[in-house]
Amino acid sequence: MDAEIKKNITDPLVDNNPITWQILGICSALAVTTSMNTAMLMSIALTAVVASSNLSISLVRNHVPGSIRIIVQMIIIASLVIIVDQLLKAFAFDTAKKLSVFVGLIITNCIVMGRAEAYAMSHPPKLSFYDGLGNGLGYSVVLLVVAFIRELFGAGSLFGVKILPLVSEGGWYQSNGMLLLPPSAFFIIGLLIWAVRSWKPAQVETPTYKIHEEVNPQLV
Amino acid sequence: MEAFLSLFIKAVFIENMALAFFLGMCTFIAVSKKIETALGLGIAVVVVQTITVPANNLILNYFLKEDALRWIGVTGVDLTFVGLISYIGVIAAIVQIMEMFLDRYVPALYNALGVFLPLITVNCAILGGSLFMVQRDYNFSESVVYGLGSGIGWAMAITALAGIREKLKYSDVPAGLQGLGITFITVGLMSLGFMAFSGIQL
Repeated sequence: MDAEIKKNITDPLVDNNPITWQILGICSALAVTTSMNTAMLMSIALTAVVASSNLSISLVRNHVPGSIRIIVQMIIIASLVIIVDQLLKAFAFDTAKKLSVFVGLIITNCIVMGRAEAYAMSHPPKLSFYDGLGNGLGYSVVLLVVAFIRELFGAGSLFGVKILPLVSEGGWYQSNGMLLLPPSAFFIIGLLIWAVRSWKPAQVETPTYKIHEEVNPQLV
Repeated sequence: MEAFLSLFIKAVFIENMALAFFLGMCTFIAVSKKIETALGLGIAVVVVQTITVPANNLILNYFLKEDALRWIGVTGVDLTFVGLISYIGVIAAIVQIMEMFLDRYVPALYNALGVFLPLITVNCAILGGSLFMVQRDYNFSESVVYGLGSGIGWAMAITALAGIREKLKYSDVPAGLQGLGITFITVGLMSLGFMAFSGIQL
């Protein structure tokens, strides 16, 4: 049991990461990563929702008829997201404003639905909770790495605190404005996937079409 | 009229759902390997988006907003906090109804859309469209135009990406970038291209 809990938490961090390997929940990973503050808040919100939705769905899994399970999961998730949304509005209003619609979009974040369907429906509550926690953390790792790069090199700060003094404020660092624009998030995640797959070659996808090696006629 | 046209252009190009707001990314990456399937999904998104955004607009204005229930004589009730659950419920219901309706009356279109219809319920572009409509306080006719525009923008982006990926599979991509990695870089370049529209003021 303990070994399985440990596996559930550590596995999604790199080996089976929801973003770089399962391609789930990418929308918000790209949109909220312009600063560490928003990324951190989003990570906490998502991890809380996945862990508790996995727990609640696993608790009711034996009472839900298969034909209506998607609706039941949807309602549980939507209610949890409403709670998170209200809490954020009450205690972190400014950052919640910056997250705009993306808190609401946790409902359709495929990580939450995906884990509910793939894991919580067939496993006991305790394990499901840790599985949700692990996947939430795996998502958070990617989110924080991307936000770290974008905020540090795009705005010269971390969590809003100046690290690299900008030229415009008398320092030496010329900020890279593109990192604050949408396209940079795609590049960073693309390169991150490249890095992870060079480290763990097992994740490399096989090409659908192989280029033939050129045959040198003189050697034949 | 001019206001609607500029809202439409803005929704299609400048504030493109997929490339500027990253909405519907999971399906955007997963279902863009072939042009035909991408186009099918794109059309389904346009149809669903054009119906759900105005429908949610009516729900918001006649049920959820503060004092919106005045027409049945209830005042002082503000139900906006149940917004999220009602929007997703409306979307799921409309997708279900549309599926049954198309199956019965337009079987050709039903077969063409096939598996994509149910998938759309969890596409964040659809819920995102409704949430942006709420956040920006569009009225009913604006929400129709916005729904249509954002749907077309998304459909266009996924079809374009599918076109690129069909050619891309013949290129010699480094092993680690194969598949997902190179797709992200491609989308990044497309998004960079779409940034060119951001200077347009309408």
